[in-house]
Amino acid sequence: MTSQSQFTRALTDPAQPVPAGLVSPRGSVDSKRFAVYRNNVHVSLVGALAARFPVTRQLVGEEFFAGMARLYVGQTKPKGPVLLHYGDSFPDFVAQFPPASGLPYLPDLARLEAAWTDAYNAADVDVLVPADLSTIGGDALAALDLTLAPSTRLVRSGFPVGSLWSAHQTTPVSIPALSGSECVLLTRPEADIRLTIIPPAAFAFLKAIGQGLPLGQASEAALTDFPDFDPGAALVGLAGLGAFAALTKEQADV
Amino acid sequence: MFHDPLPARPGLGLKPQHYAQIIAEKPDLGFFEVHAENYMGEGGPPHRYLSAICADYPLSLHGVGLSIGGEAPLDRDHLKRLRALVERYQPASFSEHLAWSSHDEGYLNDLLPVPYTPETLERVVAHVDEVQQALGRRMLLENPSTYVLFEESTIEEVDFLAAIADRTGCGLLLDVNNVMVSAVNHRLDPVAYIDRFPVHHVGEIHLAGYDETTDDAGERLLIDAHGSRVRPDVFALYRHTIIRTGALPTLVEWDNNVPAFDVLMDEVRLVDEVLDGTLNRRLAS
Repeated sequence: MTSQSQFTRALTDPAQPVPAGLVSPRGSVDSKRFAVYRNNVHVSLVGALAARFPVTRQLVGEEFFAGMARLYVGQTKPKGPVLLHYGDSFPDFVAQFPPASGLPYLPDLARLEAAWTDAYNAADVDVLVPADLSTIGGDALAALDLTLAPSTRLVRSGFPVGSLWSAHQTTPVSIPALSGSECVLLTRPEADIRLTIIPPAAFAFLKAIGQGLPLGQASEAALTDFPDFDPGAALVGLAGLGAFAALTKEQADV
Repeated sequence: MFHDPLPARPGLGLKPQHYAQIIAEKPDLGFFEVHAENYMGEGGPPHRYLSAICADYPLSLHGVGLSIGGEAPLDRDHLKRLRALVERYQPASFSEHLAWSSHDEGYLNDLLPVPYTPETLERVVAHVDEVQQALGRRMLLENPSTYVLFEESTIEEVDFLAAIADRTGCGLLLDVNNVMVSAVNHRLDPVAYIDRFPVHHVGEIHLAGYDETTDDAGERLLIDAHGSRVRPDVFALYRHTIIRTGALPTLVEWDNNVPAFDVLMDEVRLVDEVLDGTLNRRLAS
């Protein structure tokens, strides 16, 4: 009897022989036949990573990406049959992958791509529009706990990964200068994902709101490091990008 | 709960790169099919497009990850996700595979084979019962494409599938490309397989393109690849099938190297000719 444990071990470890009890119609053990299953597992999971990390793949080339992804697949199988989030740890793997060390921006670029899929598949909610804030008085505004929209994602990098990603959305690709840090905001104001490079102060402000601070305290947190920060303008701008979930009924009635 | 069945017409797998064209052009098709697991995100564009397309076409929801042939119990969380999708989209059909894909190590993302024995039959029957109860509806179970045989198998695949359908009340999804792939790989007669298949249980047909390589003995080994046109021998077998079954909902699957939508519609026209031919023969008789 060939158990599924035996089958799985042989499937995931090419050094293992074909499990006993699996034969060709000639009754013989046939390694090329079993190799079809091994290949299907690897190729399909490498394909899932290629679909989630297309710019990473473009940057390193198909062959390099396939080799790198194959090693990751060998170590990390999906936890379940929904592959939308498969590869959450792939950017960390890339960061630890010595042959990719010549491209120091690659792990953050992969992080941005992972965040992009998360934003793409996040729950649908009504977003806050700037006009929603116009009726709220100063004190109430400072005390307001805004919630980030489920699709809002923040990625900060020591490299211009937002510009690099954007450059790969058109052909021919013209690679931007690869120096300088960037704060990237992903939002889904309506149908599709919007990528915006935002100032570090706005990033700090959003991060503080995301951690649950009311608007007044989030402004102070940003102002500590960025004395020129204009919270009102940032709030209107970020709301315009769809970064926040709509107010609850209680909040709107204040 | 009663659902209108899929129409006995050609259908296509729905691919994100074709969403906009389908909504704009409303191509003449009987239905669309999606892989359930691709719509298990919480929200976003995939659901928005699928909702729009479901307003114009019947939907076939096709699962690829339930591991019905698995030795382990079914994944209850996954069943809940399926139920939520079924409730949200009210598909005309839900189908899954006679295969397993999950093990302790994780999800393997391939449809792996099951030996055909009285023990595995009991297990699959119990799992199909559980799925149908969890979803509150009848499902279709698809015949697999396989590359190896189990020495321990004692039941023929057709009889195994027929027994599952008889005992659980489920329907069957007859994948004609899988029949060709397995028949060539195991030196069986594909026409004889179709002629013995319990066609009264069939609720849908799948067609796809296969790839070809060789085994250790240098003999033909077909691979269920879903990355090309339906091969002529599969079309011939499909024609033979439809003469036996009458017109049935027929999906053209093309999941890898997905071409322009118009290429898929060329395949649809070929399916239409076969289905129309049956109609004409029936009108003439």
